[in-house]
Amino acid sequence: MADHAHKLEILRGLIKFKSNTQKIWGVLVLLSIITGVEVVLGIYKPAALMGPVLGMKALNWIFIILTLVKAYYITWDFMHMRDETKSLRRVVVWTAVFLICYLLFILLQEGGYVFDVYKEGYMKRDF
Amino acid sequence: MDNTVVSTGTDEKTWGGGNQPLKSSYGKMMMWFFIVSDALTFSGFLAAYGFSRFKFIDSWPIADEVFTHIPFVHGNYPMIYVAFMTFILIMSSVTMVLAVDAGHELKKTKVTWYLFLTIIGGVIFVGSQAWEWGTFIKGDYGAVQTTGGNILQFVNADDGHRIAIRDFAVVDEHNERVVHESKKGLWFQSEGALPSYSVAEVISGMEEHDNVVIRTQIINEEGEKTVLSRGASLKLIRDNGKVVVEGANLHVNEYGSPLFADFFFFITGFHGFHVFSGVLINIIIFFNVILGTYDRRKNYEMVEKVGLYWHFVDLVWVFVFTFFYLV
Repeated sequence: MADHAHKLEILRGLIKFKSNTQKIWGVLVLLSIITGVEVVLGIYKPAALMGPVLGMKALNWIFIILTLVKAYYITWDFMHMRDETKSLRRVVVWTAVFLICYLLFILLQEGGYVFDVYKEGYMKRDF
Repeated sequence: MDNTVVSTGTDEKTWGGGNQPLKSSYGKMMMWFFIVSDALTFSGFLAAYGFSRFKFIDSWPIADEVFTHIPFVHGNYPMIYVAFMTFILIMSSVTMVLAVDAGHELKKTKVTWYLFLTIIGGVIFVGSQAWEWGTFIKGDYGAVQTTGGNILQFVNADDGHRIAIRDFAVVDEHNERVVHESKKGLWFQSEGALPSYSVAEVISGMEEHDNVVIRTQIINEEGEKTVLSRGASLKLIRDNGKVVVEGANLHVNEYGSPLFADFFFFITGFHGFHVFSGVLINIIIFFNVILGTYDRRKNYEMVEKVGLYWHFVDLVWVFVFTFFYLV
């Protein structure tokens, strides 16, 4: 805390802020815009985005990518990950990202498999 | 980098206690590691939700049709209120960063005010969530559950809008079915509250109003729930209708699969508990700031550590919002 060194640029240096406070408001504007886009897309559901891409609707992929972008800015700027050492960043982020990807892959794969079993066979009770 | 309050005088020795690996204090690093483990817990829940959803991918409830209410306003407004809740939580995250930032500059008054706003934001969020739970539990249109456990909802064949059971069911004045209590029969048997209508009353209501048809759980190619013809509707409810369901709880769910309600209660409940404890911790820190504890330490790192937890709660909500309400 002794050194008040904050990295004051986001979007790979595209936007540079003069002070940390200004950067916080800038990130808020960014997050609000992303949430706004998500809500508008979620209400109107444009027909052009309803086609399947990699086993899911294109719209759902857009939602997931926008969510990850939001998560990045919350972690990097609100939680000051941008200002931590590279090793702390990797200890936290790589561990979580690897384990979560692994878990998601296993469970979603299995869920799809069970769906197919039910579909091919006979399923009556929906527990 | 004088973060530790007590100086041990062994700062230069690696194992002396004053050492800071990764240039981060002990408390901050441990908060990060707690956050990693908590993130994995939440991922476990959300992945389990994903598993169940993929398992019943063609019959899962459509969130837009479940969460359509705004307090004090009638009508159909999907997503608006959750978007508001999301914004409130992001806003309280912002005031938290501003508090941390003011703490770095040792400005006590500013920290106090920003922390106060953060607490208000958290309270509004928890209140909104309680309201959302209440609306979800109370239900809206009512539905009939089949012997196979599927949910049949009712729509108007003319315009395709949903119809509430209370609007078309014909009440049987001679219905003698009352709640079975342990004092009236076998002492070890009782039951919960009965639904307002019986299946027979719903069936006679359907016979009387010939615009009422049934909507099943199955999602068709257009991504909408399948609506049956009039003949098929009457046959299905006569053959399979078992019990009227109003609202949602851990056993039944008028919106569709009971699993949806189970996960909704569990995941948003666990998140709401995090927000609630976050608010409590914020309040403790708030009073510490007012009392000048950190001012005397010349170090507001405690605000920063609690801030990390608060941002994490916001981070989790971003994912819950996506996977429960958007996708």
